[in-house]
Amino acid sequence: MLDKSYYDKADEIIAQHGADQASLIPIIQDIQAEYRYLPLELLSYVAGKIGITEAKAYSVATFYENFSFEPKGKYVIKVCDGTACHVRGSTPILERLYSELGLSPEKKTTDDMLFTLETVSCLGACGLAPVMTVNDKVYPAMTPDAAAELIQDLRG
Amino acid sequence: MGYMTINNRRVEFTDEKNVLSVIRKAGIELPTFCYHSELSTYGACRMCVVEDERGKVFASCSEVPRDGMTIFTNTPRLQHHRKMIIELMLASHDRDCTSCAKNGVCTLQALANQLNVSNVRFENYKKERPKDTSSDCIIRDPNKCILCGDCVRMCEEIQGLGILDFVSRGSKMHVTTAFDRPLSATECVGCGQCRIVCPTGAILIKRDMDPVWKDLADKNKIVVAQIAPAVRVAIGERFGLPEGENVIGLLVAALRRLGFDRVYDTNFGADLTVMEESKEFQERLASGGKLPLFTSCCPAWVKYCEQKYPEFKDNLSTCKSPQEMFGALLKEEARANADKESRKTVVVSIMPCSAKKAEIKRPEHFTAGEQDVDYVLSTVEVSRMIREAGLDLSNLKPEAMDMPFGLASGGGAIFGVTGGVTEAVLRRLVGSHGQETLEFISSTGIRGEDGIKEATVNLDEREVKIAVVNGLASAGKLLERIKAGEAYYDFVEVMACKSGCIGGGGQPAWRSSKAKKSRADGIYEVDRTSQIKISNENPIIENVYNGILKGKIHELLHTR
Repeated sequence: MLDKSYYDKADEIIAQHGADQASLIPIIQDIQAEYRYLPLELLSYVAGKIGITEAKAYSVATFYENFSFEPKGKYVIKVCDGTACHVRGSTPILERLYSELGLSPEKKTTDDMLFTLETVSCLGACGLAPVMTVNDKVYPAMTPDAAAELIQDLRG
Repeated sequence: MGYMTINNRRVEFTDEKNVLSVIRKAGIELPTFCYHSELSTYGACRMCVVEDERGKVFASCSEVPRDGMTIFTNTPRLQHHRKMIIELMLASHDRDCTSCAKNGVCTLQALANQLNVSNVRFENYKKERPKDTSSDCIIRDPNKCILCGDCVRMCEEIQGLGILDFVSRGSKMHVTTAFDRPLSATECVGCGQCRIVCPTGAILIKRDMDPVWKDLADKNKIVVAQIAPAVRVAIGERFGLPEGENVIGLLVAALRRLGFDRVYDTNFGADLTVMEESKEFQERLASGGKLPLFTSCCPAWVKYCEQKYPEFKDNLSTCKSPQEMFGALLKEEARANADKESRKTVVVSIMPCSAKKAEIKRPEHFTAGEQDVDYVLSTVEVSRMIREAGLDLSNLKPEAMDMPFGLASGGGAIFGVTGGVTEAVLRRLVGSHGQETLEFISSTGIRGEDGIKEATVNLDEREVKIAVVNGLASAGKLLERIKAGEAYYDFVEVMACKSGCIGGGGQPAWRSSKAKKSRADGIYEVDRTSQIKISNENPIIENVYNGILKGKIHELLHTR
């Protein structure tokens, strides 16, 4: 069971969009924006409030890669692994970040909840390849060393 | 209304919803996985593809018939497509057919055979997922799922529950519950309608055959069978007998050969239910008790009401269901005779239902620390046991049930079909007993296939309003209307499965609505040909009320 404040926040978001079926996606997007993930408890709560089954809500939320049921770190790092970034060396960057952060394709978030590392298929910035983003700020023409340095900076 | 040309033959169509129905009407059995006439059209399996005269290929289930259409159903191109689809399905399917419970009755297997698929060239890249055996009624094996979505639409559209849905996308897509919870942790009521439409072994009814075999072989046990009304008009289908034929005599003969010591009729239990439920209804009417009175025979409905509409819990009749009343009575008799009979009595219910498997485990269905009914076997399980013993129902000679509890009224028999409980209770409550009264009751509007049927009947100068609900989605609608004050009833019958128990989750899957209609006709024939029509006229009922039930009516026959 989540803290009551989560449900109050969800109520607020539902009120903004209107408690009807068609609002499911905007509501859960806002919840995810608020908490950097979509708590399952809230997904189930929203389903009840807007009158759809939990199974339907779960079905919609799992359809989109962007919804995450796991809490994410303070810094969400997205390494682009689209075609352009891939050929210009995104894999060494990714591997360096995995070792730097102690993460893997299965373990995406550090235990201190500081970093989440994900790959994305294309960020639409192929001219800047290889590219990565930290909380949506774009870092162009990366190298493994630059990525490691960036992590050090973020750790402060 | 118009004409179309199918394979160079002119075919008339009238109000068919789609081209597929016209093709089938013309006698061509196009294969399908995801098309069921009572569910919404999904158009996913693409087995029903046809080609028009310009070579356009489309799914016939999703196309409205138009006058002058020209289509072909069996061109080399279509044959190639269909085979390829099956091959791809088989590639990601757990193909361990020999040990699959659906072996021999699987649509995927049948179509692979029908379309002469002889080779699967692709590797299975699907991640193996665990079976869900948590429910008392239903087993899910995701590795057998072909993603036709029939269960998803059945649960949502017909049963109004929506327990299952598609999860994830693309090659990771699978059908599961919300948050991948085990089925036992969901609001699944165990009706088993998902299993009826599932074309493969992905959804099965839980089996209890092994412990029953063991007890049948145990010399220290008396194994008593009770057979529900709807079983006798469906089990014959599994042995090539006509749809809807009442094969009770053959079934009794088979059960004796399997080793059952006594074979009784759940219709007798239904007679007991009529007695108690009519009494309860009269009392509630007279004392201003909680109305409407909801029937409680259907365990899937009882669970649904408790979960979704707990505010109506007290409206549920306190009567146990027929199998439970009968089980409690049989066990009480065994306890009373314990000094003369050292063998332990085991009660096995043979039911058209999967939810009954969970019902027997509810705490109110234990008396003196003992479970009133020990096992529930579905119609399908019993047909398998008969076959396992090397018997064929159609080769046996009919035998009569054991006395005294093999005698039941026609009122008990019609419990197996929607509206039957209401009809039987009305027969008991309406004073006069002539043919005219019986016909009047049957024509009040409580028979038939509608989701919600309404009737008004005069009982002791009082106008009594009745609703009969056929299918759980309709139950939800009716309860919402009652809650909102838009409708008022005194008596509400609910059967979770469409058509009633004849369409239960433990029955052989029917291929058409005609098959279900034949079962209903079979049940009504049992009623028409019984000498006793009304439960209280069953002489055995009087005997048990004056005998074994004396002073114990409430304890044995009611839940609270």
